[in-house]
Amino acid sequence: MSATPRKRFGRQGKERVLVTPEGISLPVTVAGRGARLGALILDLIIIFVLMVGTTIALVQIAGGAAQFGQASQAKGAAAQALQFLMIVWIVVMFLFRNAYFLFFELGPRGATPGKRMTGIRIAARDGGRLTAEMVIARNLLRDIEMFLPIPLIMMAGVDSGMAWLAAAGWFGIFMLFPLFNRDGLRAGDVIAGSWVLERPRQKLQAAMTTSEAPAAERFMFRFEDHELAVYGEFELQALERVLREDRADSLDTVYQTIAAKIGRNDGWGAEQRFLSDYYTQLRARLEAGMRMGRRKADKHSSL
Amino acid sequence: MNALSNAAIEIAALRSDRFRLEREADWQRLESIVVRMEKGRLRGISDEDLLALPGLYRTLASSLSIARETSLDAATLAYLESLVQRAWFVVYGPRSSLWEWLRGFLGGGWSAAVRGIAFEIAVALLVMVAGTVVGWLLVAHDQEWYYAIVGRDMAGNRVPGASVEALRGTIFGNAEKDGMSVFAAQLFSNNAQVSILAFALGFALGIPSLLLLVHNLAGLGAMGWLYWKAGLLTDFAGWISIHGTTELFAILLSGAAGLHIGRAIAFPGNRPVLTATAEAGRRSALVMTGVVLMLVVAALLEGFARQLVDQTPGRFAVGGFMLLLWCAYFFAYRGRAGR
Repeated sequence: MSATPRKRFGRQGKERVLVTPEGISLPVTVAGRGARLGALILDLIIIFVLMVGTTIALVQIAGGAAQFGQASQAKGAAAQALQFLMIVWIVVMFLFRNAYFLFFELGPRGATPGKRMTGIRIAARDGGRLTAEMVIARNLLRDIEMFLPIPLIMMAGVDSGMAWLAAAGWFGIFMLFPLFNRDGLRAGDVIAGSWVLERPRQKLQAAMTTSEAPAAERFMFRFEDHELAVYGEFELQALERVLREDRADSLDTVYQTIAAKIGRNDGWGAEQRFLSDYYTQLRARLEAGMRMGRRKADKHSSL
Repeated sequence: MNALSNAAIEIAALRSDRFRLEREADWQRLESIVVRMEKGRLRGISDEDLLALPGLYRTLASSLSIARETSLDAATLAYLESLVQRAWFVVYGPRSSLWEWLRGFLGGGWSAAVRGIAFEIAVALLVMVAGTVVGWLLVAHDQEWYYAIVGRDMAGNRVPGASVEALRGTIFGNAEKDGMSVFAAQLFSNNAQVSILAFALGFALGIPSLLLLVHNLAGLGAMGWLYWKAGLLTDFAGWISIHGTTELFAILLSGAAGLHIGRAIAFPGNRPVLTATAEAGRRSALVMTGVVLMLVVAALLEGFARQLVDQTPGRFAVGGFMLLLWCAYFFAYRGRAGR
């Protein structure tokens, strides 16, 4: 696949190739650190809101139960109800802290609400199935990455000096961990063998080279082989982009360039048609070459 | 170069597009299934579509391979690549049935994972025994150590110099106490957090995990010494054993799981370090899931059974039975051999 000359701008350095169990190599994009940080912050806000909300709700219910106990003299029942609420609170807090990420990442979407909003998701680094073990492993590590140092920092306070420095340093090491490896892996990702990828979105665009017209009328312009031989796949794809954008000024510029290069000037006034005919015939020529095992990457290649 | 005649060009111009037009309907069907799954609307997908998904995915993957070799339509290629990736996420995403996973986990996956870290369990056990002995010896040597190891909050009435009756009171006669279920929930929450920490610290080569084990067990050793001085060691052992065989076992496993990761990072062997670490991490994660379950059991035993069984032989019986049960499950039960 290495021969495929595909260029996407501004995304260099994050593209990886992943081999699926079927042996298909898939280009994937590692999620940006900004998107991941955003997702984490969103999730933490959601967890915080859920925790506060549950606590308030339970306190309200507890207040009700206590009043009921005073009114009806049924102290035993009210005490039991309060105890039960206390247990619910402890268990729910534990679950929010430990099971929130697990629950969403184990779902079919492989992403927490925060990740979904920022358009990223987790996947297995080896191209295989994302297993429950991976999700559990990567999320248990959150404990030393965030849930341990953050309360320590808050409890210690800046004035306590060394303890605060130690906690902040700890926190910093784990937060900066993704900056120091090329796939942006968290400590949890290292342990689990997972990574975070961008969720691709791409609509199928209309085919440009299909035509209902009979072969004889299909082209207004016909190009000789030597006229097509000057360009390669890179220029073909640049031309495809220009044609899809369909903006008069860029069409005109490209027409001028190509016409000058191949020494023709008969496309005046029908640049769009000239270029699309040129595109179709160039693509046909290059694809025919591909089938013979010859590829011409760009205009500097010798084929 | 003139071998490519105009006629050949015309046929070729059609070929990659014909390829696309022939398959487009299948691609779009797959896309609509994938979109629905991405939105989490699993119920909206017909059985027919669900059954067709793997086949459609494979067809699409082969379309992509062919297109890469024969087509220069960048838009189609980009679309195919992104659709294959999205379908791959869905096809190789997390298994949708938690129940199925749990069955595999309890039916052999967990015990196999525990056997897989047998070496680390032996090391952790050694460290725990050493921690207990150290705690005992330190306090026997100088009583001031007791406060350093156990901590004043934890100790309560159980301090050096307390009367035998006071110490006996901490072990027996709490049957009528209220709020035991809250106590159990709190115990579970705390213990689970500690064990998760012991596991997670394995990332630092496992050394902090071991220190945590030593620290926790030193407290046990120190208390053991205290009750021994009062002539209550057997009763104390019974009081501990009813939940301790489960709880200490769970702590042992979490320390061992952390150590397992630490060892994979430090000594990956012939494998790349990331592969070794990920393998160890997944095995340890299975162990840890089990640890959390064990801690639920331990909290129930500590919160309820210990208060209800108010005599030493009965406590030993329950604790011993639990220990036997765990050992039998981990080391004798093979479950489904496939896992």
